[in-house]
Amino acid sequence: MHNLIFTALILIFLLAIYHYGRRFSLLTVNHNRQDLHSLPGYYGLYLVFWFIGPAVAALIIWLLLEPPIIMGLLSESLTLSFQAAPDDVMREVRLLASNAFALKSATPEKVLLVNRYQELQALGNGIRAVLVLGGGVLGVVYARRFLSPEMRARQSVERFIKVLLILCSVIAIFTTIGIVLSLLFEAIRFFHKVSPAEFLFGLHWSPQTALRADQVGASGAFGAVPVFAGTFLITIIAMCVSIPIGLMSAIYLAEYATPRIRNWVKPSLEILAGVPTVVYGFFAALTVAPFIRGLGEQVGIAVASESALAAGLVMGIMIIPFISSLSDDIINAVPQSLRDGAYAMGSTKSETIRQVVLPAALPGIVGSILLAVSRAIGETMIVVMAAGLAAKLTANPLEAVTTVTVQIVTLLVGDQEFDSAKTLAAFALGLMLFFITLALNVVALIVVRKYREKYD
Amino acid sequence: MTDNMPRSIQSGPDLSAARIARRNRSERWFRQLGILAIGSALLMLAVLMTSITSKGYSAFWQTQIAINVNFASSDVLPTEKVNFRGLARRSIRALFPDVKSRRDKRALYKLFSNGIGYELRDAIQRDPSLLGQSKRIWVKASADTDMLVKGFIERAVKQSDRRLSDKQLTWFDRLEKDGRIAKRFNLTFFTQADSREPEQAGILGALIGSILTLSVTLLLVFPVGVAAAIYLEEFAPKNRWSDVIEVNINNLAAVPSIVFGLLGLAVLLNWVGLPRSTPIAGGVVLALMTLPTIIISSRSALKAVPPSIREAAIGMGASPLQTVSHHVLPLAMPGMMTGAIIGMAQALGETAPLLMIGMVAFIVDVPGGFTDAATVLPVQIFLWADAPERAFVEKTSAAIMVLVAFLIAMNLFAILMRKKFERRW
Repeated sequence: MHNLIFTALILIFLLAIYHYGRRFSLLTVNHNRQDLHSLPGYYGLYLVFWFIGPAVAALIIWLLLEPPIIMGLLSESLTLSFQAAPDDVMREVRLLASNAFALKSATPEKVLLVNRYQELQALGNGIRAVLVLGGGVLGVVYARRFLSPEMRARQSVERFIKVLLILCSVIAIFTTIGIVLSLLFEAIRFFHKVSPAEFLFGLHWSPQTALRADQVGASGAFGAVPVFAGTFLITIIAMCVSIPIGLMSAIYLAEYATPRIRNWVKPSLEILAGVPTVVYGFFAALTVAPFIRGLGEQVGIAVASESALAAGLVMGIMIIPFISSLSDDIINAVPQSLRDGAYAMGSTKSETIRQVVLPAALPGIVGSILLAVSRAIGETMIVVMAAGLAAKLTANPLEAVTTVTVQIVTLLVGDQEFDSAKTLAAFALGLMLFFITLALNVVALIVVRKYREKYD
Repeated sequence: MTDNMPRSIQSGPDLSAARIARRNRSERWFRQLGILAIGSALLMLAVLMTSITSKGYSAFWQTQIAINVNFASSDVLPTEKVNFRGLARRSIRALFPDVKSRRDKRALYKLFSNGIGYELRDAIQRDPSLLGQSKRIWVKASADTDMLVKGFIERAVKQSDRRLSDKQLTWFDRLEKDGRIAKRFNLTFFTQADSREPEQAGILGALIGSILTLSVTLLLVFPVGVAAAIYLEEFAPKNRWSDVIEVNINNLAAVPSIVFGLLGLAVLLNWVGLPRSTPIAGGVVLALMTLPTIIISSRSALKAVPPSIREAAIGMGASPLQTVSHHVLPLAMPGMMTGAIIGMAQALGETAPLLMIGMVAFIVDVPGGFTDAATVLPVQIFLWADAPERAFVEKTSAAIMVLVAFLIAMNLFAILMRKKFERRW
């Protein structure tokens, strides 16, 4: 609430500064606008940016300084009774401060500490507000001296805006760097506990670590081969469904369908891509899996209730539109002259498609299939809801297997301490997942791009 | 010389009727294969939709039971400290005077929702004139009774395999004969948050959570995405740097969503210290996830504005930035908004990254702000899909119907907007 009021206050402040700058510049030339270098609004904006710049700088500096300062002040009031690692105490205090319910059952010393923490935080908020406002006002006071009719206010303002635009476009790069670094950092911590060779080539996966030290058979095994095998099994099943259907749909839409049919069918297929994956998961777990099991029972084959087949089938349905719409574009990009040439030689339409159009479009189609594979490997909700938890090294689609994404979710959902091999393993799996999908995408994009250059 | 020629040239092409018939047949086959593929894809869509709708439509109705409540009894009058649960139970017992043993009474109460005490309290709060009267009031039936009415509990099944005992069934039949059973519109489903009891569970909490999360996402991603698109499309020099940014954005668009969840967990929660399970943390993660989509669609909207507009503005003496902000951006805005709506629809259906940052908690309260623990609609669906009670199956399907309705509405809105503002140059 305070933050909201503060933000509103700042906004009003900015508006006032804008008007001040505008009027000030007009007054310096006695309202003869043509004597000003820039439009009067730019002088207002100039001051506004001189407010925002220092204010944001002050805010960032304070946000960096605040935790250690509060920490230092708080550690003075730490009594001897808990001289645990300060970091742990801080984390607990922060947790208690945000959870009134847990606070009720905390020890009086801790309550005292939490109260002190909250006091300090309130103080910190006050200081932050003063710093932000003060920094901004100082900036404005400093910049006001530059305002003159000859000043090139528009250029300065535009330079500032361009810097902002660049910052925004670099955020995507920072996100990638953030993903790589955070995954790498946690994965390296994991590889300190478990050797990379064991992780990459081990055949046994059971990440549940022992609750008691002497518990038998729960040492935690981190051989990821069965997990990846399960992922690939489900992906292959999904591809067996989606490649024929997606490709044939694309061919029909691109070569045979009348524009009217195309206008109806294409959006309908794209609905399949818009359905949330959690819906597919529910469908797989509650409709498809029991159906397949019932079918198996009638034929006399035992089918696991969380069979890879059910998850793979439904995932295949989800992937169809990715393959069909990408392949459709690529088939349409094949120049008409190739088809005309084939017709002139007397070939039928299907012969033209099979012997001329498809070979010409093949690289692009392969690219679209690779993109679809990377989508299938990274898909989470369908397999979380419809595939199994136990890692099993099998190629039988009727058995339950587990996948990388299922393991990440099961390892990380729920509260747990953040330094056990179990939770860190999720980051190692995430790192592998990231690099596999990245490699597939890069290859797919290169293939598609190379192909495009050939005909343009 | 003639020896090297292919046979067909030596002897002329095979123009026999049989071969042409064969070729025409394979042509028809190929064509039918295409129709079959499209048909099967559309069939699967239809099966998916019908299966969800047929499972879910019943959740919009809820069985209610009429009981006679005597608000006149002495202990009701001081409204602050009334034992409404006791009052409700007395009213139930009054309907079945022959039920005596404690076990039977408990079984009898199980026909009713265990929240009916609150319902009586709410009834009094709504209409204080009820005080001192004896009145027939409709209260919620328990989830098991509801399932019986909707036909999901088979009477023919052995008693031990059934959620309701023979005795409960006879009591139920008596209620039905007296006209005390009715199916009413399930308002609770839209006005309550999650609950352990299926008949008291609703989607309001998840819906508000979704709205809060998406507002954070939109506020962050739209300005940043548009700004990035403007820079890349209008100002960026064509050099290695802008190539790197471009390739990076394309790759980021294809990163599995769960990886963004890992990023959120490692960086936003553990490093920045954003509170767990809150709309603010979820919103930031979804913003990072949808950023590439928004940038790509905004760029194509900017690309669609013809260069003549820019040249005209520059010719009139506008600076490049003025050209963009006064002319190009307003013309590209509808396209950008369409892209933003589609990006938001994608974020609305996203589940996996939110599981990573703890939005899977069981939350009974409707979230009131960006830093309250909350869940979102798809995660609520995931949670209910895991619940063992039969009654949650229809709730899950109904929640899916609501979610899909929102998605369809958003996409329709985007399409309409595109139709309305689309300009052919």
